[in-house]
Amino acid sequence: MSSLVLAHTRYQLLEQIRVPLGLVASAFFPAASMLAFVVPFAGDDPVGATRATGSMMMVGAMSAAVMGLSISVAQDREQPWNPYLRTLPAGPFPRFAGRIVTTMAVMLAAAVPVLVIAALLTKASVTAPRLALGLAALLAGSLPFMLIGLFLGFLLPSKAAIGVSQVVFFPIAIVGGLFIPPQVMPGFLQALSPYVPSRGAAELVWSAATGSTPNATGIVMLVVWTVAAALAAGWAYRRDEGRRFS
Amino acid sequence: MTVLARAAEVSRRYGDVLALDRVSLDIRAGELVGLLGPNGAGKSTLINLFVGLRRPTSGTVELLGGSPQDPLVRQGIGVTPQETGLPEALKVGEIVDFVSAHYPRRADKGELLERFGLQDLARRQIGGLSGGQRRRLAVALAFAGEPRMVFLDEPTTGLDVEARRALWDGVRSFHEQGGTILLTSHYLEEIEALAQRVVVVGHGRVLADDTVTAIRDVVGTRRVSLTAAELPELPGVLGSERADGRVHLLTADPDRLVVELVRSGTPFSGLEIRPTTLEEAFLAITSKETADV
Repeated sequence: MSSLVLAHTRYQLLEQIRVPLGLVASAFFPAASMLAFVVPFAGDDPVGATRATGSMMMVGAMSAAVMGLSISVAQDREQPWNPYLRTLPAGPFPRFAGRIVTTMAVMLAAAVPVLVIAALLTKASVTAPRLALGLAALLAGSLPFMLIGLFLGFLLPSKAAIGVSQVVFFPIAIVGGLFIPPQVMPGFLQALSPYVPSRGAAELVWSAATGSTPNATGIVMLVVWTVAAALAAGWAYRRDEGRRFS
Repeated sequence: MTVLARAAEVSRRYGDVLALDRVSLDIRAGELVGLLGPNGAGKSTLINLFVGLRRPTSGTVELLGGSPQDPLVRQGIGVTPQETGLPEALKVGEIVDFVSAHYPRRADKGELLERFGLQDLARRQIGGLSGGQRRRLAVALAFAGEPRMVFLDEPTTGLDVEARRALWDGVRSFHEQGGTILLTSHYLEEIEALAQRVVVVGHGRVLADDTVTAIRDVVGTRRVSLTAAELPELPGVLGSERADGRVHLLTADPDRLVVELVRSGTPFSGLEIRPTTLEEAFLAITSKETADV
């Protein structure tokens, strides 16, 4: 079974690398935001810059998960290649696993320019173990977003997935405090912030990188969102199967 | 002989449309079966049931003694993808490796590509292949896992004559080594060239299931062609057409037709009597069916 996961991962990775649009999109936006906002406004504050760097990495990961996954899943469903894959002797697991591993690779790749900019142009600092912990937190915190991406991809046609995933992505990223730190947000947003999944995910990354105490509500809500998104993705997958392949 | 694929009293409904109506069909080891029928006859539905893409509404489908839904059972079959869906970014060799990875027994990549005339293209990206090369690659993928049985849906649609012959050779060599094939085609020439057994489907039912020759004889018509300015009323003419100064008459009794023609004293030349092509036979069977309904 694991060799099949490997074959599917290899196949997905090759597609990502040969048509690197998704990779570029995921990597460009957080790197540009680093240069435009973090370097001039928070670059001189070591803790602030480190937290902001974590936030921008989370932005790249969210973009790969919510936008990248939903669009590629929705597009694949429309290709005649999709029913052919279902005739190959494998269940859905290797395909899913290959997709998740590939998305994680895109997330880590998107984090590289952000880290380079942070190291060269800001006072952000992190120890090697905390960096590793931060990257692990990044992947763990991205889980609900990958599930949301799968949910949208199985539910929507590709054109709708492109629009809807953007509409979902930006408000959640902003309210979660990825662009503006939560403590400087207006009061009602501060109250709302812990209830969106991006806040809990960012809290994990901030805590891993700087040793801060994470917001408890944010972490609980991250778990709640992960479970809800898993159920929704499973429902959308079965619904799609039932409609197309009954 | 062992039955590799079996449909027993299979019906499949899509909403109000009955795509297959109590179809029973056995395909035995070593057979090369042509599946023939107009669009919407139920050919694709039948293949989709055999390869596990859909489930029957009623009846049972068996593949290699098991269920087509079981991935382990599907290790014994090969299917052609539609060439329009091949992943453009991958190279020819990479897609063969990817498909092969699903099977316990794998065809040698170089030998497989050579069999379908693709040996020089292993490093070429699929997006850069011609339509004919994609089509051959799609068919080659069906053989990547050393299957016992392959399902080829319209294998040579859109190919030029030379490429079509090359592909036929690949299919024949698989069959000669004991492989079993279910083939659909719009090219009746293709079915006539490859298949020994023809299954004609129409309106979701099996209309005929026999050898190529027998299917022609079922209809029993001959085509009488001649050059003549004007013809009298002749007996037993089922259909006639005039093309390039020649008259073509379809009849079940060519002897009587010719006798009457000579008796009438009409001047004519270039008389020819041929068996009907499978296409003509097939049109006759399906239109007869429509007339019954």
